[in-house]
Amino acid sequence: MKFLRDILDKVKPAFEKDGKLKMFHATFEAFESFLFVPNSTTKKGVHVRDANDLKHVMTVVIVALLPTLLFGMWNVGYQHALATGGAAAFGEMLWFGFLKVLPLIVVSYVVGLGIEFIAAQLRGHEVNEGFLVTGMLIPLIMPVDCPLWIVGLATAFAVIIGKEVFGGTGMNIFNPALLARAFVFFAYPSQISGTKVWVSGLGSGEGVIDGFSGATPLAYAGAGEFSQIPSFSDLFFGFIPGSIGETSTLAILLGAAILIYTGIGSWKVMLACTAGAVGTGLLCNAVAVNAYMELPVYYHLVLGGFAFGAVFMATDPVSGAQTEAGKWIYGFLIGVLAIVIRVFNPGYPEGMMLAILFMNAFAPLIDYYIVGANIKRRLKRAKLSKEEKK
Amino acid sequence: MPNIISIRKGLNISLKGSAEKVLSKIPISSDYAVKPGDFYGLMPKLTVNEGDQVLAGAPLFVDKNNPGIRFVSPVSGTVSRILRGDKRKLLSVTVTPSGEQRHVQHAVADIKALSRDDVVQRMLESGAWPFLKQRPYGILANPADNPKAVFISGFDSAPLGPDIDFALTGEGEAFQAGIDALRKLSDTIHLSLNNQVSANSIFRKIKGVKTHTFVGPHPAGNVGIQIHHLSPINKGEIVWAIEPQHVVSLGRLFLKGVYDVSKVVALVGSEVKKPRYFRIISGASIAPLQSYIDTSSNPRYISGNVLTGANIGAGGHLDFYSTMISVIPEGDYYEFLGWANPLRMKKYSVSRSYLSWIFPDKEYALDTNVNGGQRAFVMTGEYEKVLPMDIYPVHLLKAILSEDVDRMEQLGIYEVIEEDLALCEFVCTSKIDVQHILRRGINLMIKEMGDA
Repeated sequence: MKFLRDILDKVKPAFEKDGKLKMFHATFEAFESFLFVPNSTTKKGVHVRDANDLKHVMTVVIVALLPTLLFGMWNVGYQHALATGGAAAFGEMLWFGFLKVLPLIVVSYVVGLGIEFIAAQLRGHEVNEGFLVTGMLIPLIMPVDCPLWIVGLATAFAVIIGKEVFGGTGMNIFNPALLARAFVFFAYPSQISGTKVWVSGLGSGEGVIDGFSGATPLAYAGAGEFSQIPSFSDLFFGFIPGSIGETSTLAILLGAAILIYTGIGSWKVMLACTAGAVGTGLLCNAVAVNAYMELPVYYHLVLGGFAFGAVFMATDPVSGAQTEAGKWIYGFLIGVLAIVIRVFNPGYPEGMMLAILFMNAFAPLIDYYIVGANIKRRLKRAKLSKEEKK
Repeated sequence: MPNIISIRKGLNISLKGSAEKVLSKIPISSDYAVKPGDFYGLMPKLTVNEGDQVLAGAPLFVDKNNPGIRFVSPVSGTVSRILRGDKRKLLSVTVTPSGEQRHVQHAVADIKALSRDDVVQRMLESGAWPFLKQRPYGILANPADNPKAVFISGFDSAPLGPDIDFALTGEGEAFQAGIDALRKLSDTIHLSLNNQVSANSIFRKIKGVKTHTFVGPHPAGNVGIQIHHLSPINKGEIVWAIEPQHVVSLGRLFLKGVYDVSKVVALVGSEVKKPRYFRIISGASIAPLQSYIDTSSNPRYISGNVLTGANIGAGGHLDFYSTMISVIPEGDYYEFLGWANPLRMKKYSVSRSYLSWIFPDKEYALDTNVNGGQRAFVMTGEYEKVLPMDIYPVHLLKAILSEDVDRMEQLGIYEVIEEDLALCEFVCTSKIDVQHILRRGINLMIKEMGDA
């Protein structure tokens, strides 16, 4: 890789302070540090540093997302095949899905990274890696037939309003990817709800067999048509219409295993979130007055975006609670709210997105009280010590 | 029965080049430096000029704010260099030793017969006062204060930290004398040991101290962690801390009447050919140690450990409080797609996304590469895993960054100094300069709180 290094060293001066291309300094730095871990050494404080850095962390999250991405691509092809009545081979379905999903990913990354680069340049910061994950999350929580311009617009909204106005990665209040979805949900509701958008080609109606419905199981549940909900195993494995990455609970659990094993995703949040959902579900069952409240608890865990949200969205360290005790409360309340919204508010079939965004807003408050307890302990200790002296 | 306190949070970074328990002699160094930078809270005022002849124990400079506190020459000879930096800031006073070492002779005294004021006076005059560090803030102790207690950590848990038990071999009498002197300053002396103290250790025979046993990973050996678990510092309280080898020097002062700061120092690290211990006088140039070091890699010379020490260069001088010299390779190289490679067998990480955890006993030759660029706080829970204190480090650091003095106080800034949060800095994914930020916060506290 020496020739690559030589090229970089040769062009580097142009991007530095007095160089001709200094306006692209952040861009150059981003590419350089992408190719090579910088040669910078410790100057103050510790002399040795852990090998881990944010690029590596983000890479691991991307790897954890791969099972859902690959399954999502296959499922796009599979659902399309079901809708058109044509049987297709495994490879064909995957290829079909790949071609459908790739443009979404490309649009998300190009728009988001473009804004990140410009923002970093304006601020004189280094480009942050946070968007590497956000840019992958956004397509995974969109319907496959979502128009590309909407994805682009939503991404721009999420990065600018959701992140950059607060100061970039690490400073944001809301999870940017969910903000993108919320943007589409409220600005273009017809593109992200109903029965036509979840299966590729359904909107145009071309070649679709009679009687095929592209409604998601969650939509059936919301409409009270519980007999239409597929079997639990179909829901668990993900052979259902839905946002690209959220259908297969199994694939999501694979990702969860990676995140928990590496310690990058908080198992506390995931567990608390599940506990909150199960608890609320059981409570609903106990006092059930309608069919939705009678829905067995385990269905809630595999329906809609619950699993994806619990594993990949609620665990975002920046927008979630930052204290360990706070994580339990934060996760639990997300689980509770998600089920409450689902069951009691027919206007929003998917409660997870709103539950997480809502708790994002409350995470600092949770932390405030947890840290406040620490402060109180310290004050109490000081008081005791004073009394002892007397 | 000593009470055992078990520390669960923390991290032992296993590095190559720990010192063999062998004490070697080296020739006297060509020069010795006393560096005002070693003492926080000091405003130095010179009392010598270049070319002056000084005895070992003669003052070189004093504290402007507290002129009674003297900083004395560790050897006898000629003041060869007074080094100043920006704005004429005094960086170091160098003394070149000549001939046989001659000391300023102080009266030998029976400590038991001395009053507290006598002990303070003798320590100030002889130059032994700076042995004492004040908590909070880690600054020079103020002779006018009455500390709640004096704390001594009897073991060093830092990476490649020296075996203090070994370093104190044969110093039992002086150590006891030092303890007796400290007892005049405060009623309570806490001595914390780990569970590996040998049966014939001098620590076993020391009288007049409260002994505690700490078990667990670094930073269990940090006196700040021990204070937090034994008798945490509240607002308005003051405690003092002192290094075991300085207790010995203090004892020598009363037993022999001389300022003798020779100590046993560990030379460690992956670039050291035969890591071992040396008897060195504080402030010595480390140049005579060159023959023990593999200089082919252009290594970094650190006075202290790799987490908190100072980069002093090949010809630098041992810091006042350091009992070890770490020599590790510089890391000024590029690594192609390094962040994407989970193998990186030569690198160490606490993260399970690397393979280090599979080889818990492997010793690493870590270099000084930062392994990434600085970012905002993103990951959570990392710092808490390596800080065995009831403190929220990230919230404290954010309070410092926003210069919120009240909140810094509420979140426990009185209880920590840089060394306590050094591991947080080591594990930080965002490569934040934790220790630097903390010192800024402490300086702000001192400024805002005045002497109160």
